[in-house]
Amino acid sequence: MRLFRARLGRYVATFEAVEARLLSDLVDQVRTLLADRRSSVAPDPLADLTGMAVGPSTAPSDPAVARLLPDFSRDDAELSAGLRLIREPEVIAAKDAAAVALLDSLPRGGGTVRLEERTARSWLAALNDVRLAFGVRLGITDDDTEPGAATAEPDSPGYAMYVTYRWLSAMQESLVQAMMGAD
Amino acid sequence: MRSSTLATKVAPRPSTDVDVDADSAAEVPWVAIVWNDPVNLMSYVTYIFQTLLGHPRPTAEKLMLDVHHKGRATVSHGTRDAMESVVAKLQSAGLWATMAADR
Repeated sequence: MRLFRARLGRYVATFEAVEARLLSDLVDQVRTLLADRRSSVAPDPLADLTGMAVGPSTAPSDPAVARLLPDFSRDDAELSAGLRLIREPEVIAAKDAAAVALLDSLPRGGGTVRLEERTARSWLAALNDVRLAFGVRLGITDDDTEPGAATAEPDSPGYAMYVTYRWLSAMQESLVQAMMGAD
Repeated sequence: MRSSTLATKVAPRPSTDVDVDADSAAEVPWVAIVWNDPVNLMSYVTYIFQTLLGHPRPTAEKLMLDVHHKGRATVSHGTRDAMESVVAKLQSAGLWATMAADR
């Protein structure tokens, strides 16, 4: 892979076919997590009538999904429940839109992407969501300690996951640097 | 990496009654808070503070460093409705954001 750089008003990176497939697979997995969360809401006749989407009032039980969809308050459970009910659908919709924008602009067979500002913002958000889910799965809990997977056997699934996480981090960092340098 | 790496089951939703407008009548100011988290990149957090909240670069960097070193920073003030919207946007971008009445 050639990481992102600013070039002629676009943000340009080049992916091998295997990298493009891996990235699209990971973004798809986050979409699935969010879609499962969305469909966990019992059908609400009033919502059907008014067209207003309503979310669940309780935090997701899967810690990765809970990190993607945090409570709105740290100390007021009632406020968190109420706001989750009315605000979670829009947060999920925004995350899904970012994921779709990434998938739509990523050539599955590999190749060069040339993102304009708006699409690049979607990439940042979608890459970040994948990294957040990875962070929970890898048990990354503080700024200074490497997760156990960092020192796992090189052919173990945990190590592969950690290497992928680092790759996503480098990709996101290169994109945000290119975008911040360009303004 | 197997395709099931990130997937797990989600529990069904228990039904609850919640009064979301409990203190919407009170005109207390609210704040949006961003909490430190070990995954979000410092550069990305700065970028979001600039582009989403409209802070100039030096302010955005100072707030990002507050989050990083102090564990949290108040990044926006306003009405409850405004802070709801700000927190929803920050969470959509992947930041760990919450809101609180600024009493």
